[in-house]
Amino acid sequence: MEQQTNDLIKKEIENNEICLFMKGTPDAPQCGFSMAVSNMLKILEVNFKGVNVLENEHLRQGIKKFSDWPTIPQLYIKKEFIGGCDIIKEMYENGELVKLLESKNINFKKKLII
Amino acid sequence: MVEGIYGTTMTMNLEEIEKLIKEGLPDATVEIQDLAGDGNHYSATVTSTQFSGKSKIEQHKMVYNSLKGKMGNELHALAIKTKE
Repeated sequence: MEQQTNDLIKKEIENNEICLFMKGTPDAPQCGFSMAVSNMLKILEVNFKGVNVLENEHLRQGIKKFSDWPTIPQLYIKKEFIGGCDIIKEMYENGELVKLLESKNINFKKKLII
Repeated sequence: MVEGIYGTTMTMNLEEIEKLIKEGLPDATVEIQDLAGDGNHYSATVTSTQFSGKSKIEQHKMVYNSLKGKMGNELHALAIKTKE
């Protein structure tokens, strides 16, 4: 089962440049932290895949082991683990997230911050 | 214990969290806030010289390690901010 779960996680990460493991879906998040990261990506108009861990208990536990990270959401960009809600929020606020998207050649909409 | 969309709802108190982080990172300054006053949603700002030269992911992992597996279990909602 663990191998199957790992394969599933790898497949999601490999097939989706931006992959957010979250509780709920981007349209109906089931947790405030998942909603926050999903909203930041939406604001930047980044095309991302939301993987709902609540649909699969093996996935919900497996992703924590896979990333060696105890919480959800978890964001992967081009197969690299970027962080959870706190880190993404900090990177969003200090401009590092935009820089990272640029450096990884990800399409997004630049917003003017006034 | 109720298993809901937020996981188990066992709670931890503020002093307990602070104690664990300080045990794990002895030089750290820890500021914790009970965000909702419900003993379940906290934010912690942890300042430690041990974070120097480490990535944000590594820094957060150090805090998680000090919480000895409680993060994501008894401790559902702890927003972490690390500073060098």
